Amino acid sequence: MIEFQAVTKKYDDGTVAVDNLSLTIDAGRITVFVGPSGCGKTTSLRMINRMIDATSGTILLDGKDIRAQHPAELRRGIGYVIQHAGLFPHRTVLDNVATVPVLTGASKAVARKRAADLLERVGLPAELGKRYPAQLSGGQQQRVGVARALAADPPVLLMDEPFSAVDPIVRDGLQDELLRLQSDLGKTIVFVTHDIDEAIKLGDKVAVLRVGGRLAQYATPAELLAKPVDDFVASFVGRDRGYRALGFLSAQGVPIGPVATVALGAEVGQARAELDNGWAVVVDEAGRPLGWVSDQSLSIVEERVGRSDLVSGGSLFDVESGSLRTALDAALSSPAALGIAVDAAGAVVGGVVADTVLKALADARRTGEVPT
Amino acid sequence: MTWVLDHVDQLLSLSAYHLWLALLPLVLGLLIALPLGWVASRYYWARVILVPAAGLLYTIPSLALFVLMPLILGTLILDPLNVQIALTVYTVALLVRVVADALAAVPATVAAAATAMGYRPVGRFFAVDLPLALPVLLAGVRVATVSNISLVSVGSLIGVHGLGQALTEGFQRDNYAEIIAGIVLIVVLALAVDAVLVLVGRVLTPWARIGGRR
Repeated sequence: MIEFQAVTKKYDDGTVAVDNLSLTIDAGRITVFVGPSGCGKTTSLRMINRMIDATSGTILLDGKDIRAQHPAELRRGIGYVIQHAGLFPHRTVLDNVATVPVLTGASKAVARKRAADLLERVGLPAELGKRYPAQLSGGQQQRVGVARALAADPPVLLMDEPFSAVDPIVRDGLQDELLRLQSDLGKTIVFVTHDIDEAIKLGDKVAVLRVGGRLAQYATPAELLAKPVDDFVASFVGRDRGYRALGFLSAQGVPIGPVATVALGAEVGQARAELDNGWAVVVDEAGRPLGWVSDQSLSIVEERVGRSDLVSGGSLFDVESGSLRTALDAALSSPAALGIAVDAAGAVVGGVVADTVLKALADARRTGEVPT
Repeated sequence: MTWVLDHVDQLLSLSAYHLWLALLPLVLGLLIALPLGWVASRYYWARVILVPAAGLLYTIPSLALFVLMPLILGTLILDPLNVQIALTVYTVALLVRVVADALAAVPATVAAAATAMGYRPVGRFFAVDLPLALPVLLAGVRVATVSNISLVSVGSLIGVHGLGQALTEGFQRDNYAEIIAGIVLIVVLALAVDAVLVLVGRVLTPWARIGGRR
C-alpha cells in the first residue's frame, strides 16, 4: 500500500506541480494517474521512488516513510517502466533485464537465467536476449522495459506513460499483456497516462488530476464514467461515456435468441431455405461464425456457399465474459442487425438484438446495479 | 635510401621515444579531462567556464608553450617533461569539450531509467554514462592522438628529440633522405595508433555499429 499524505511539490520558480495530494493506493491493484499535461501525474509518480523529492507532506510505502531509506536502495525495490522504454543501448536485451538483480548482488549467471525467464513471461522469444535494444521494434522494447522492471520481483511497479510511444494496435496488445501479467503477479502498480481510455481499461482505480496538480476525482472506472464529480472530469472522461459505461455491466442477463446458421459449402437452395428475415450466419465445422449470407448475396452464388460469397460480419459477443457494451456493439455492427453470440470456444450459440440489450440495461438500472 | 637502411636502429628508437612523448600526455590528459568534462556536463556554470578556457589554452602556439614550461615548472631546459606537460595541457584542452558533449548526449530517458533502477551517481557514470559516451569520446581521443604525435616533432626545436630530430638534423645537413624518413615515420605512427584506437573502439562498442532507430 502506498499512501500520499498532503504531498506538495513546488519548484524554485514558484510553479506548483502537485498540490496537497492525499490518496491511498491499494496493494495488489492497478492505480492510474490520469490528466492533461501539467497536472503533475508524472511528478506524483516520481515522488514515490524519490526521483523527485516532495516539498512537503509524506509518502508512506507499506506504512514506512520513503525518506527513511537511501534513494538508491528504495529504487531497487520498486520497478520502473519509463516512456520510450529507456533501455540501455550498450547492453544486450538479457543484460538490460538483469540490471537490478546484478545491482543487488546476484551473480551474472543467476541474473541472466532469471532474465531469460522474464523475457518469456512478457511474450518475447528467448533468442531476442542476445540482441541490442536498437534491433528491436518499439513494442518489443517496451516489453523488455516491463521485464526489466519485474526482474528483481519488486512488490511495486511504477509505469510512466509506458505505452504512449507505440502505435495503437501494438498498444492494445501491450495493455492486454499487462492485464494478463497482473492477474498472475498481483503487483501494486501505479500507472501514469494522459489517455483516459487507457486509464479506464487498465485501472482498478483511477485518479483524475487537473492542471496545477490537484486531485479532481479518485474512483473506480465505472464510477468515473457514471458519476463524474464535476464538469472538468466529465469533459475529460469524454464523449460516449454513457456507452462506454456499458463495458462495466455484465451481459449475463441478456436473453439470447435463435439465429439461422448455414454450414460452409451448403447448396444455395438449402441455404436459401434457412434464411431468417433474409439473413443467415455461415459457420465452419466447429460452429464458428465466418460471415453472413442474405437473399441478395445468394442470388449471385452458383452452386455452393463458399468463403468468397460471404458478407463480413460485425463484432462478436462472448456470452460468458461479455459486457452490455460488447453485446450492444455486436447487434449494432451486424449487417443483419442481429449480434452473434458465441461461447468460450467461439461457436455460435445465438443472436442478440439491440432492443433486448437496452431492456437489460433498464433492468439493471431498476435493480440499482447501475450507479445513478 | 641507403642512409635510411644504415640508420634503421636509430630511427626505430626515435620512433619509440616519439610515441612515449606523445602517448603519455594523451593518457594523463584523458584522465584529467574526464572529471572536468563530467563537471562541465552536469553544471551549467562549470561548462561556461571550463569549455571556453580549454579552447583558449589550445590557441597558445606549441613552441611558445614548450619554451615557457621551464619558467613555469622550474624544470631543466632539455627536460622531456616540458614537452609532455605541454602536450597534456593540449590534450585536456581538446578533450574537456568532447567529454562534456559526449556525456550530455546520453539520452535523458536512459539516464532517468538508470537512476530509477537504483544506480548511485558514481556507479551510473561508469556503468551507463561513460560507455554510452565512448563513441564520441573516442573520436575526440583520435584527434588528440594525431595532434600530439605531430606536435612532438616541434619539441626538437627545444632539444627534446623524437622523430623531429630527423627533420632538424636533416635540414642542417641537407639530408633529404633523413627528412623524408622522419615525415613518413611520423605519418605512419599517427596512422598506426589511429588504427589501434579504431580497433579498440570496435571491441568496446559492439552495440554502436548496429543501425538502429535511436
